[in-house]
Order: sequence, then C-alpha cells, then structure tokens
Amino acid sequence: MMGDIYRNQRAMRAMRQTAIQKGVIAVLDVGTSKITCLILVLDENMDAANDEGIGNLAGQEKFRVIGAATTRSRGVEFGETTVLRETERAIRTAVQAAQKMAQCRVDHVMACASGGRPRSYGLAGQVQVEREVVTESDVANVLASCDIPEYGADREILHAQPVNFVLDHRTGLTDPRNHIGQRLACDMHMLTADRAPIGNLVHCVRRCDLELAGLAVSSYVSGISALVEDEQELGSACIDMGGGTTGISIFLKRHMIYADAVRLGGEHVTHDIAMGFKVPMNVAERIKTFHGGVVATGMDDRDMIEIDRESDNWDRERRAVSRAELIGIMRPRVEEILEAVRERLDAAGFEHLPSQQIVLTGGASQVPGIDSLAARILGQQVRIGHPMRVRGLPQAVTGTAFSSAVGLSLLAAHPQDECWDFELPYDFRAARPLRRAVKWFQVNW
Amino acid sequence: MRQIRDPAPSRLEYRMKRLMLRPSMRPFRRYGIPVIALAVLAGLWAGDEVRRENAVAFIAELPNKIGERPEIIVRMMTVEGASPELAAKIRESLSIDFPVSPFDLRLAELKEKVQALDAVASVSLQVRSKGVLVVDVDEREPVAVWRSDDGLVLIDTTGYRVAALPSRVSRPDLPLVAGVGADAAILEALQLYDVARPIRDRLRGFIRVGERRWDVVLDRGQTIKLPETQAVTAFKRVIELDVAQDLLERDVSVVDFRNSQRPVLRLGQTAIGTFYDGRATGLNDDG
Repeated sequence: MMGDIYRNQRAMRAMRQTAIQKGVIAVLDVGTSKITCLILVLDENMDAANDEGIGNLAGQEKFRVIGAATTRSRGVEFGETTVLRETERAIRTAVQAAQKMAQCRVDHVMACASGGRPRSYGLAGQVQVEREVVTESDVANVLASCDIPEYGADREILHAQPVNFVLDHRTGLTDPRNHIGQRLACDMHMLTADRAPIGNLVHCVRRCDLELAGLAVSSYVSGISALVEDEQELGSACIDMGGGTTGISIFLKRHMIYADAVRLGGEHVTHDIAMGFKVPMNVAERIKTFHGGVVATGMDDRDMIEIDRESDNWDRERRAVSRAELIGIMRPRVEEILEAVRERLDAAGFEHLPSQQIVLTGGASQVPGIDSLAARILGQQVRIGHPMRVRGLPQAVTGTAFSSAVGLSLLAAHPQDECWDFELPYDFRAARPLRRAVKWFQVNW
Repeated sequence: MRQIRDPAPSRLEYRMKRLMLRPSMRPFRRYGIPVIALAVLAGLWAGDEVRRENAVAFIAELPNKIGERPEIIVRMMTVEGASPELAAKIRESLSIDFPVSPFDLRLAELKEKVQALDAVASVSLQVRSKGVLVVDVDEREPVAVWRSDDGLVLIDTTGYRVAALPSRVSRPDLPLVAGVGADAAILEALQLYDVARPIRDRLRGFIRVGERRWDVVLDRGQTIKLPETQAVTAFKRVIELDVAQDLLERDVSVVDFRNSQRPVLRLGQTAIGTFYDGRATGLNDDG
C-alpha cells in the first residue's frame, strides 16, 4: 500500500540520480504568467567562493547555470494547466531557448507547480528502537509508522518530509541515526495536491521528450531561495506572489512545516486595471508594470499616464489617467490578496512561531510600496526577498519573479530528505523477486 | 493589432534541435553540415548544362589567357655555355616558335631533346623573368679523334662521342686513337699522349689492340707495343731510351715492350741488311 503511494516519487528520484550522474539537469517553473527554464551543470568538485556572494554554506555551490530562458506562459490558469497543447508549446519554447543558450541537450527536468490547491498535513509516528542504537531501518520504520490521513482519492502526495525526530525525551533531532535510545518518534510534513493539474503538468513535460526528475511546490522552492538561513531556522513565512496564485510556505528549523496557496495573483490586478480603464490586457499589464503602485501620495494626482488603446482606437483618441486612479484600482486587489494570505497564516498558527518574519517574493511583489502595505496587514517584519545568488545566472533572471526557479535549482543540487529516500521496511518489500523465490521454496518443500 | 508569430517551435523542429545538440552530432554539425551545404550549392549550380559547359570552356581557356600576358609570355631563348655551332644545333633541335606561352613549353621534353645531342654533357632549362628561356649547357670537350669503322669521331675524356669529323686534318691538335675499345681506354691514351711529348712530331696515333693494350704508331712505320698493365711506365722507358740513345731514330720497325723484363726490337729491312753485311764483313764483330 505504502509502496504504491511513493512509487512515482521513487521513479523520479531514480531519474534525478541519473541526471546527477550525467551532470546536466533542467529546472522548469511553470507559472501562470511565465515559464522559466534553467539548465544546470552539477559538479561536486566545483570550487566555491570564487565568485562574489557565492558561499558554500547556503548550498549555492556545486552547480552552475548554463542556460536560462523565460517565455510567456500559455494555457495556464491559477498555476494549473488548462490547455495542454498550449502549455506544451510554451514549455518547448522555453526549453529550446535554454538549450540553445547552453549549447547542450537536456533530458531530465525538475518541475514545480504552484496550482493544485496544496494542502499540508502534520503526521506523527512512533516505534520502539530494535537495538539500542538507532539505525537507518529504524528511521524507515518510524517514517512508515506515520498514519497517513485520508487526503482524498484525487490527490497526490508531493512532499513527505521528516521534520523532527524525538528520541525518548529529546526532541529537535534532525538526524537520529547512531543515537542511543528506545522510543523513536517523528513528525512528518506531508503535502498533497490535486492529481489532475499535476498529471497534466507531467503529461506536458513528457510530451516535450523530457524525463521528470522531481516535482515540487513552487511556494516551497521560492522559500528555499528567498529566505536567508536565520529566517528558515527561526520561523518565517514566504509569500510567493505569482501571476495566478499566491503561495504561502512557513519554515521552521530549516524545514517547511506548512504550505498553502491563495488563488489570487497579479493577473487579477491586471484584470482589474483592464476593466477599470477599459483597455486590453496587454496594455493594462504594461501600465501596471510601468506605473503601478499601492501607496498613493499627493504627487500621484498630477502624475498623468497616457493610455493609447491600440485595438479600438479608431478616432485617435488620447486618454490619460492619473496615477492615483491606477493606485485606487490596484490597492484594493492587493489588499484582498494580502488579507487572504493573512487568513491562511492565522489558520496555520503562524503567530506561535518564535520569529514571524514575512518575506514577499514572486513577480507581483515588485509593486512599489507593497512592503509597507503588507506590513500593515501581515505584521511588522516584512521584507522583499530576492532569490539567492547563483553561479552563472544571467542578470535578467535574478529578479523576485524568478525565486522559485532559482529555489528549484538549489533543491536540485541539494535535495531535501523525503520520506521515500529511506529504504522501505521489510513489510513492504515482499514484492522483491528473491524474497518471493524464498517464499515459494518455503511453501512448496 | 499586430500579428505576432507563434514563437513556439513545432514538435518536429524541437526534436531536430534536440537531435542536433546530442554530443555525438557535434562533428556532424561542425563538418558535415557545411560540406553538405557546399555540395548542394555546387550541385544546384552545376545542374544547368550551359553553365557547366561555360565553366569547362573557361577553365580550358584560362592557361592561354594567363600565358599570353606580357609579364609571362616567353619571347626569346638564350643558350649559355655552348660553342656557337652547338648553340645553333640546339636552336635547330628545339625549334620553338617565339613568342610562346610558358604553359605550352614542356621543359622536360625539351631537356630530353637537348640531352639527345652528343655534344651536350648536361643541360638545365629555365624560364627566367622577362620572358627568357635559358638553356644552360655543359658542353662535352673533345680530347681525341677516334678512327673506327664508322669513320672519324671526336670523343671526350669519358670516351663519349662528341661529333663526327670529316677529316683528320681539321683537328691536328688532338691525338688519334684507333681500334675497338679505344674509346673506353681513352684516359690511358691521353696519358700516353702526354708522355709522348718529345716525339710528338713523329707520332701518328695510338691503336688499341684486342681491347687490352696499346700500340703507339710513329711515322716511318714504327710501332711501339706496350704491355697491358703499366703501359705508361713502359712508354716512359721507351721515351727515355729514345732520348738517351736515339732508339727511335734508328731503323727499328717494332719496339716490343709487352714484356718489360724482356723488351724486343725488330729491325727494319735496311738495318737487317746492314746488320748481316756487317756480320759478313766483320765490321761489328768484336770477336
């Protein structure tokens, strides 16, 4: 039963290992508004600390970005693929451009998805240690002993990470192996998502002749790249403000302990602008990125923005709106998004964490003044999180919009322990051929 | 609104690009594609019959065009290192119509032609600047006149035939040799000729006998027979005898030095008569 749950993940892990052996892997961030593809060269012996700002502590070393491409996303809504063929084309565009830049063919890809209504579960398990020293099989046993809740038949497990180990009365162990004790307990964080969008994404990647070497939730990977080490350790929330969804991930003791997503994003803001000013979406997007803001000042009343509507401008009409009007349209929507995030954080019990740092990242966090607005809604400790510096990353791909792509490449180079990385306990290995043969002999002789 | 082309590659294009990026395709991308492209271009160009014929004609015409240029065309020939007669002979044998394109001159054939002349030891032909064909000849020097069945012939130190000679009188300065194999031993004959300096006014010539030894023939029918080996030494002794005792002035028809230990004289008719007369009268009889 349990082996069946993790079968896909084990297959992807095997793919990732072949990719690491080959040394080249691609990461693919399929978002609502854009698709980013990075191609990484993994090299264990790459020497660290030659480039400024690249250290060996944060896991930035041991890989280098050799290809990067971004293209407009198509057929994706709320981070979920709705038109498979269009999404496949967009992925092809991004992968081909990145391959062209890298001058290298890539076969294995790690993808992250922001949609699929991610939901977190905290699991607990407990076993007696077989001998007095905790071994790897004990760890596997305790992970297997976690009782998996009914998460729904149409959902898929994306992450199942051991967060904390308790040995007798000692808690907060990250690695209990070789410790001495009798009773081993663990806390596991499990993340599920809707099967259909995940399956669609997998299908699109397969259609591009690529092998999937891993799947991650984008709020988790943007947390990896946008949060600094202290924030991950002491507790913080990463708000990944994307185009169609706003992902939330809470980190404590360097582990993700909670993840969620709000199905609101920057495209809703664009949509509001398009409706409010009666302009096409591309014009609205342009106005938003060039003139947008959320905090109005007196100056903004006099700051007029020219709107030239190309598509229906038969009489060469020229129209101008003040920036204050634009802010008046954008601010309520951004507030709504942040309020929704606040609700989710409250539901998750974020206020109980020792530190309550909030890091905004993602494309929509580039709106000027959003940090002060967020500070009023989410709490005082708010900052804009840029992704970590990574060797070889082009300047154009270093903005906040690319934190999930960068985080995914960090994850590719330094995978987090997942539940399925541990060998299954004996009970679940009955299907092994040798064991089956032994059993056959026992039965028949 | 402006029409925007779909930036997405088609599935086929995507697959082709990925195929091309395989590491094994790298040499093909580097060499194969340019070669194929060039071949295709050349093939397309040469597909037209007329164009191909024009190209062939142009290429065939090209050497002539170049060869007729004043910087390159060959206008004259000079012969160096040859006597005027030989030079005339060379010009006659080559018989080139100037001006001529250097591409039409086959120097190897011309060289063979010149080499075929007897009087030429070696030759080198060069087309030098300003359109001059230089024939640099190393001429054979005649050192002796050889009388054989084919008549009088001039030969050089290697015994090679230089030219035919109409009569002995035209080259009185050279020694006369005769007999089969005289040309092969001409160096020895020349040494003998050198030794014969005191009696050169009486010398008629050298005869090779049986291809192994020399006879020196003087006027008045005198013959000096020399040995096969060390003929020069023997001949020197004869000359010394002549200088000391006027050996050859006397009526001796043959001085036989074939055996140096035992030279033999054959007397002339008069001398024999005198000898016998003297014997009969006891003039010369000591006893």
